[in-house]
Amino acid sequence: MANLINTQGPVQDTELTTVTLEQWQEEKASFAGQSLELTVSSDQTADLFGEDAANFARISIDFPKFADGRGYSAARLLREKYKYTGELRAVGDVLIDQVFFMKRCGFDTYALREDQIVEDAIAAFSTFTNPYQNDVHDQRPLFRRRLS
Amino acid sequence: MYVYDQYDQQLLNERVAQFKGQMERYLDGKISEEEFLPLRLQNGIYVQRYAPMLRVAVPYGALNSAQVRKLAYVARTYDKGYAHISTRQNVQFNWPELEQCPQILADLAEVQMHAVQTSGNCIRNTTTDEYAGVIAEEIVDPRPYCEIIRQWSTFHPEFAFLPRKFKIAVNAVPGQDRAAITMHDIGINIVKNDAGDIGYRVLVGGGLGRTPILGEEICAFLPEEDLLAYLDAVIRVYNQFGRRDNKYKARIKILVKALGVDRMRELVEEEFNRLKDGEGKLTQAELERVKQHFIDPEYKTLSDNPVELTAAKEENKAFSRWMERNVRQHKKAGYAVVTLTLKQIGTPPGDITAEQLDQVADLADEYSFGELRSTHNQNLVLADVEQTELFGLWQKLKSLGMATPTLGLLTDMICCPGGDFCALANAKSIPVAEAIQARFENLDYLWDLGEIDLNISGCMNACGHHHVGNIGVLGVDKKGEEFYQVSLGGNSGGNDADGSSLGKILGPSFAREAMPDVIAKILDFYVDQRTDGESFLEVYRRVGHTPFKEAVYGKPD
Ligand code: SF4
Repeated sequence: MANLINTQGPVQDTELTTVTLEQWQEEKASFAGQSLELTVSSDQTADLFGEDAANFARISIDFPKFADGRGYSAARLLREKYKYTGELRAVGDVLIDQVFFMKRCGFDTYALREDQIVEDAIAAFSTFTNPYQNDVHDQRPLFRRRLS
Repeated sequence: MYVYDQYDQQLLNERVAQFKGQMERYLDGKISEEEFLPLRLQNGIYVQRYAPMLRVAVPYGALNSAQVRKLAYVARTYDKGYAHISTRQNVQFNWPELEQCPQILADLAEVQMHAVQTSGNCIRNTTTDEYAGVIAEEIVDPRPYCEIIRQWSTFHPEFAFLPRKFKIAVNAVPGQDRAAITMHDIGINIVKNDAGDIGYRVLVGGGLGRTPILGEEICAFLPEEDLLAYLDAVIRVYNQFGRRDNKYKARIKILVKALGVDRMRELVEEEFNRLKDGEGKLTQAELERVKQHFIDPEYKTLSDNPVELTAAKEENKAFSRWMERNVRQHKKAGYAVVTLTLKQIGTPPGDITAEQLDQVADLADEYSFGELRSTHNQNLVLADVEQTELFGLWQKLKSLGMATPTLGLLTDMICCPGGDFCALANAKSIPVAEAIQARFENLDYLWDLGEIDLNISGCMNACGHHHVGNIGVLGVDKKGEEFYQVSLGGNSGGNDADGSSLGKILGPSFAREAMPDVIAKILDFYVDQRTDGESFLEVYRRVGHTPFKEAVYGKPD
């Protein structure tokens, strides 16, 4: 079992009705009134479900292999383009050395692969103090934050 | 050159600490080999044939003397006493211990150096003209733009796991391509529009490797402040839609070919239009801040061709030869741009010893404001030398073996490390380079041949840029034996903005021993065919491929 964390530490999972993108697209109406989690695979790009994002309390994006970086763009587009405000969860091959990037792209919970050490992952959320780029949490790149 | 402030330094120090922790977890068995791989790659560490290799970033080729001394220290302390300048202007160490790499990176951080993103499927070191800032022809100095790209790409949260590596190059000289931008994933041409505003003409989808393709124009004029938003948009499209099922089809060039450049442009522009007026837009204040790091040093008021220089040239034929070949016109009267060639016979192209590094650092302090540059031709450059000092400098360079007057000539070859070091190689490349250097060492002959690019790669990955050599040599594997395939007619832009071309394969490959003879046949045919002053490439383009082929293989019956 993966260990569910956020930037502060382990968190309890909340029970939601889980739907895949295919199920959602086929029978949207049947899920009316339910609290939903959408699970998407890494080849399902944000343009396929971004407009519908507000229907979900949680969107879980799968990282089938840590080297598959598509989920970072999906998360960022959900937050910045489709203005998704629900929970964004990284699932699959979620490793210590990725969580800092994931956080910046807009994930807020992480199903850490079970062999990963939770304390090390929590520490990794503060790897860099002042990154160069803008991100989901701060729209200003370093050049607008620099005090010189 | 760019000097770090507390933010840059803190980021680098945090990187050193991060990798130290990763290495500890790896050595403790807490990270698998497979998962450690991208972590070490993004810190410049390859595991190659015999030992790990550490590739240190030299952003757009800029070095200061303190950094060069530190490289000498690293070579001496952790390696076998030498370093290698790569075709991407970086510096490679071939023999460090894996366990020592975190300490090497900590040492390098003291002089604002690092190995960040020098390999792996991420945005790599941005390259530009090795003469940036000192030649009159450029529209603006491209280095501040490269530095802005460097900062934006460093630890980019979204683009650390791209389908494949991603390379950007910047050119700022109109009518020329001085950074081979057509061969890059993104090529940026700094231009001025009719209103006199600075902007960029952007190319996308160029690259060498297994499927060499020249980049196509995706944007004719991008305003100066929109650079980063546009790069974000292009790479975001690539990160989502680039192929990940086959590493040979994963570069952005394959995506651009599959979609067509027009569809690619639509996707990019849709994203770019959303981003361009956001907070990510560059500010004039930031452009100014970075440009301040690249303003001219305190040049003296001097004039060209001082009497000492003219006299020395008349008295000393060897010196005047070196002047003609290895010294270039500077934008400022009385100064010159000097290339130090790392192509002595008997050492692999681009190799430099710790002692030479220390001495070169001293020369930089003495003659060139303490700065020097590495070049994609695997040489070094002192960019700001007073013309009155050239003779003295030449004498010192001669004793260091760095004054071979062959810049741009046949023996100024580009050569990848090949089978002597690289685990991916099909064949050795250094012995071929050495055999050719030994065969054609006669300076008069080399001078008579004129400018010829001879590029050698040990495999299809094309680190030696063989596709764009006027003569390209590629190591191939035939039933476990090393052979070499020759191609002709490649060109990497240079003095001609649209002159880039990819070489065409000559025919069946050759054994290593045959290579000097093969090159000799090609050169003899060229000399035979040329009319007054025609270069090798001009002759090749005029007479065509087949006559060259027949000169080497004989006419078919
Ligand atoms: S071209 Fe091939 S052999 Fe040469 S360095 Fe690159 S990967 Fe290695």
